[in-house]
Amino acid sequence: MPQPRRPGLGAWIFRHPKWLLLLFLVPPLLWLGVVYLGALFALLAQSFFSVDEFSGAVVRELTFKTYRELFSAANIDVIARTVLMAAAVTVAAAVIAFPIATFAARHARGWLRALFYIGIMLPLWSSYLVRVYAWKLILAKEGILNWILAKLHLTWLLEALLALPVLGGASLSVSYFGTFAVFVYIWLPFMILPLQAALERVPRSVTEVSADLGARPLATFRHIVLPLALPGAVAGSIFTFSLTLGDYIIPGIIGSSRPFIGQVVFLHQGTAGNIPMAAAFSVVPIVVMFVYLALARRAGAFNAL
Amino acid sequence: MRFSRFGSRSPVSIPLALAAGAGLLFLLAPLCLILLYALTTEDKTFQFPPPGLTLKWFGVAWGRQDIRDALFLSLRVALISTLIALVLGTLAAAAMYRHKFFGRESITLLIILPIALPGVVTGIALRSAFSLLEIPFSVWTIVLGHATFCIVVVYNNVIARFRRTSHSLIEASMDLGATGLRTFWHIVLPNTATALLVGGLLAFALSFDEVIVTTFTAGQQTTLPIWMLSELVRPRQRPVTNVVAVFVIAATLVPILLAYFLTRDTDRVDGGGK
Repeated sequence: MPQPRRPGLGAWIFRHPKWLLLLFLVPPLLWLGVVYLGALFALLAQSFFSVDEFSGAVVRELTFKTYRELFSAANIDVIARTVLMAAAVTVAAAVIAFPIATFAARHARGWLRALFYIGIMLPLWSSYLVRVYAWKLILAKEGILNWILAKLHLTWLLEALLALPVLGGASLSVSYFGTFAVFVYIWLPFMILPLQAALERVPRSVTEVSADLGARPLATFRHIVLPLALPGAVAGSIFTFSLTLGDYIIPGIIGSSRPFIGQVVFLHQGTAGNIPMAAAFSVVPIVVMFVYLALARRAGAFNAL
Repeated sequence: MRFSRFGSRSPVSIPLALAAGAGLLFLLAPLCLILLYALTTEDKTFQFPPPGLTLKWFGVAWGRQDIRDALFLSLRVALISTLIALVLGTLAAAAMYRHKFFGRESITLLIILPIALPGVVTGIALRSAFSLLEIPFSVWTIVLGHATFCIVVVYNNVIARFRRTSHSLIEASMDLGATGLRTFWHIVLPNTATALLVGGLLAFALSFDEVIVTTFTAGQQTTLPIWMLSELVRPRQRPVTNVVAVFVIAATLVPILLAYFLTRDTDRVDGGGK
């Protein structure tokens, strides 16, 4: 009969999984807890400071003054504008993403599958700025979009769009349409991927049964595919919504001069030097996202991430 | 019931195929356009179609010291951040994949929080922490931000692999008398190597490209994305910017193609996004 081995450290840890767990968890939690949560709390704390109107220096005393200023009419406008844009971008991204994700998940095979993979992953992983830059090229007055519209004799359509009050502007690159198009383009892959993953999990047999039982494709889609794909869409919307909410670069480069939350935060912490106001302003997207995440968790989106 | 050409496949409706095709065009056309613009002879406007084609801008861009410096800083930051994220992300995945314990959901939330909250929040939070603690800007302040949101990419990939690797293999190895280290070396590592590589590649690409958090944590340093940003806000040298843009696309194409071929035979694991 073989002698049992003297248990080493590895075996001891293996017999005591709780300690192993602790050993594994401490470094990442330390990092995220200290670096990330620490920084977040430092930010939160500063939003309760205020700026002295005369000297412009930060007064380190607890006050709600900054929050009172936050809810001025102009700031409410900024918040409403940003949340509306984020919602519009999310809906548009979901609509555009659905056929792409469905095709990629359920129909594409072989080289077509590879093409769809590259088509989704290349924009996702290529530089954010390069993609924004591409839209600067597209939307430029002498650029490709105006050239195509002129060739198709559709310039009048563009002019009608730009003549719209508020939404329109002098040209696409300085209107809400431009900002919207770029946002949708930039965040689209974040919607496609979770949606595609959710659709891949819909068993083929289920849709086949539905068809065999006489449901038209549209009915199968509405009653079978859509409910099963919904958690994926909600997971994707976390990204499209959050990313639009905090972006300060796109509206600065392509858009009207009306500011979004991210730009206001950036201005307050930079040139204005009003860190408390910047901090209070960045609490807005945090609160909005926590509400959103809570709703998303109910919809089962965390399992589809 | 209709059958498609391949029998068991579900039928493709034509509107679906058209919508998917149009979507694919929408995704890829802007990137192709950049390639075209890198070759244009026009250097003052974004004129389309380009009046002529030339390769000379590639040479001009290669000779620029400021671009090289920015490139090397970006590479250095991406490399260090990826290494940190690999270690921390893998540890977190190892702890989380099998065990149920109190506070597990909160930890999941903590790990995805850096990508779920807007980048501007992460950026300004770090910036204000640096100023409170009077930490001067350096490569390490950039790395601190990057590694934080790279952890989740590694974590997602590795935990997906762990879930598919049978735990009984590890148990068997230990029962047969292998030490923890040997089990790790012979069982755990070979089973997770590609997931680590893919997670690492994606984290690298993510860090290499990051700009929103970086503008807050870089101070006066210029990474490649920050160089691009200054060109976007105030275009001064359009042809060189076009070339840099093409280079950046090419540089990200390599890791994602590698990631595709490495995970092709396993389930998709690289989703979940940045």
